[in-house]
Amino acid sequence: MNSKVSNQIAIATLYVIASTIVVILAALLGYIIISGLPALSWHFLTSPAKAFTAGGGIGIQLFNSFYLLILTMIISFPIALGAGIYLNEYAKQNWLTSLVRTAIEILSSLPSVVVGLFGFLVFVVQFGFGFSILSGAFALTFFNLPLLTRSIEEALAAVPDEQREGGLALGLSKWETVLHIIVPAALPTILTGVILSAGRIFGEAAALIFTAGQSAPALNFTDWNPFNISSPLNPMRPAETLAVHIWKINSEGIMPDAKAISSGASAVLVISVLGFNLLARFVGHRLFKRLTAG
Amino acid sequence: MLINPSSPRLDDGWLERNIVDPSLKSQQPIVLETQQLHVYYGDNEAIHEGDLKFPEHQISALIGPSGSGKSTYLRSLNRMNDGIARVSGEILYRGVDVNRPEIDVYEMRRRIGMVFQRPNPFSKSIYDNITFALKRRGVTDKKELDEVVETSLKQAAIWDEVKDKLTKSALALSGGQQQRLCIARAIAVKPDILLLDEPASALDPVSTSKLEETLLKLKEDYTIIIVTHNMQQAARISDYTAFFNMGRALEYDETSQIFTSPKVQLTNDYVAGDFG
Amino acid sequence: MNNKLQKQLLKRSKAAKLERLGKTVSFLALMLITVTVFAIIIFVASKGLATFFSNHVNIIDFLTGKDWNPNVTNAKGQPEVGALPMISGSFVVTILSALLATPFAIGTAIFMNEISPHRGAKLLQPVIELLVGIPSVVYGFIGLTVVVPAIRNIFGGSGFGILAGTFVLFVMILPTVTSMSVDALRSVPRYYREAALALGATQWQTIYKVVLRAATPGMLTAVVFGMARAFGEALAVQMVIGNAALLPTNLVSPASTLTSVLTTGIGNTVMGSLQNNALWSLALVLLMMSLIFNLVIRMIGRKGAMSK
Repeated sequence: MNSKVSNQIAIATLYVIASTIVVILAALLGYIIISGLPALSWHFLTSPAKAFTAGGGIGIQLFNSFYLLILTMIISFPIALGAGIYLNEYAKQNWLTSLVRTAIEILSSLPSVVVGLFGFLVFVVQFGFGFSILSGAFALTFFNLPLLTRSIEEALAAVPDEQREGGLALGLSKWETVLHIIVPAALPTILTGVILSAGRIFGEAAALIFTAGQSAPALNFTDWNPFNISSPLNPMRPAETLAVHIWKINSEGIMPDAKAISSGASAVLVISVLGFNLLARFVGHRLFKRLTAG
Repeated sequence: MLINPSSPRLDDGWLERNIVDPSLKSQQPIVLETQQLHVYYGDNEAIHEGDLKFPEHQISALIGPSGSGKSTYLRSLNRMNDGIARVSGEILYRGVDVNRPEIDVYEMRRRIGMVFQRPNPFSKSIYDNITFALKRRGVTDKKELDEVVETSLKQAAIWDEVKDKLTKSALALSGGQQQRLCIARAIAVKPDILLLDEPASALDPVSTSKLEETLLKLKEDYTIIIVTHNMQQAARISDYTAFFNMGRALEYDETSQIFTSPKVQLTNDYVAGDFG
Repeated sequence: MNNKLQKQLLKRSKAAKLERLGKTVSFLALMLITVTVFAIIIFVASKGLATFFSNHVNIIDFLTGKDWNPNVTNAKGQPEVGALPMISGSFVVTILSALLATPFAIGTAIFMNEISPHRGAKLLQPVIELLVGIPSVVYGFIGLTVVVPAIRNIFGGSGFGILAGTFVLFVMILPTVTSMSVDALRSVPRYYREAALALGATQWQTIYKVVLRAATPGMLTAVVFGMARAFGEALAVQMVIGNAALLPTNLVSPASTLTSVLTTGIGNTVMGSLQNNALWSLALVLLMMSLIFNLVIRMIGRKGAMSK
């Protein structure tokens, strides 16, 4: 077989492989959306789930997912920002830094179920938080920190050193320069990273089943006092999220319309992740423009 | 003279040098001088010797081929090399050695400001670029800030061009405007000395000559030390000129002396355009 | 000597104080992450090792025992905590899904980067980015409603098992491995290709003999990374594997993995009991494997750096 023929065979094979992938992926997306769309309705998105009968919604789970997401971000963003700043602006190349980097790498590759188990051990049991939004938010914080730290570090590194020198030469400390010049300049990239990690948090379930719990007690959406037990804002209540809900009803759900609910919930999850992706692109683009143009 | 025995070039013996003391020539007091200044990057000695005295309200130019150490020397003066290079020796700012760890480097840099090779305005509005450092230092009075913005921009000769768009992003300005904005930003904190590291190297000829005019006006209020690649520029604007080569200041004298009758052969070769 | 100036310059400014504060705070944030990682390892290890030290289970029996039934005591008077079914289940689904995903991922990456960069950037790149973001429970749900019934129809049985798990993991790790492979190909300098083509090599010869060789360490990293992800994936696998703690004998009968037993079991056992400790031992095995994958990725990286 001469090299021209084998060249053509190889390239044809690559075309086949790439098209197969596109077909698999398109079918996957299509299936999620098409099978999920019929289930979607305002009622479905807002009403509470039913355990034994058909017609339940995902309202509480959806709220829980967003609340948990926001709480996780509130906890993890400042930590990731501090860590990212230290790594990019202060860390010297020594054994401590390489140890820290190794640790972050390990954390990012840990199975999320292990992170969840650790959260269970420390927050649910040891600290006595029980199955609660707070326990879940801490577990998701560990899950979120490595990637967020890395993306913040990269965003800071992309800001030219001239900007740092500009601040230092005015007699400002490095910290002030970083906080008030470098971070704002890196904001579009940082926000993009935050939104992308939000998508990851939104869909995470394994880290939550033993921390935020697998039940969604009824909420009183007129009571916004976080200290009341039925208040949606109460961080100490157990909170099944959308992703956990999908897992739960498929492993042990007994409602007759479990499949329709899962389809609908999956579609909501995927559409949300898609939304986060688009938002990340949009925000990055928009802010970048606003910062550079007159 | 032998400071670092590991550096072989110091052993070459006699070196032709001519460093004058400006205090013997002019009435101006010396505001900044270095003594036994050595700069090391790791094990490499970037500046072997560069002991100069800078007179008040004068422009002193540092010239020399690339890699001669003139920028390194300049950046050492307000300790911008902290954490990058090791600087030994004394940097006397109005008699106070500022090259000591107990000196508050931020207050020192407020007094000894710096403008860089590439214009580096912050990605903020023109107004915020000027007021940023002041606000960080606790100035909140709007009237005071407005005043500083106007005087700094006027001193930097850019007021007329930007006075109607102070809230616009500084990044929308042209390169030359950005550089003058950076000068305005530097003088907004009321420094004593301005260090300029090849401030015109990224500018076109028109912007360059505008910048030079600005500097000539600024020397009434500030002491200026400028690194430049451009010998004509040094000749046009500076009162004193130092010639650097291979990490040493070889000659330092009044600019007219350097360009008409240098005493050191290498300086002569350089200003005549024979190398560099 | 200028005394007034000296005094002003020696006074610690607000900037200096802020600098100290900021540096300390950001350092503490970084240390918090680092300490957490060590805490996770130590906590999981101390719980996981309790099976061997407090409950005196033989570690070899644990790793090689074929029977997982922590409530039952065997003939030797020891509880039946043989983890081999789960360990082998995890390894089998991981290896099979990686074997399946690798040619597809690398083929697609080559297509995207070498054959049709335009279509790669416009069509495949966004699709793959989106797929990386699809939550694993969604993959599990689709496995449950599409893959499992399909296997049931073709091979009979329940449809749950290693094969279903493999398929789900294959689709899950595919986007990750592909996009990392694209990065690996992208880092091969353009002049490598130009030099080979200029010597008269065909496009395929250039790809196969030059580009792929140069990108091998990066591609290996991508595959190992995908394997690490597959090994640690919990819910998607748990939903389709059947959750029977039996040594897998074929691909279409119910089996289990470390993660699937953990997710179903940890809520049903009492903290501190042997049943619970044994589950933590499984978590420890999971953790150790994750560390080993990490180590392998580092070794590949170091070797790749050396050969360049």
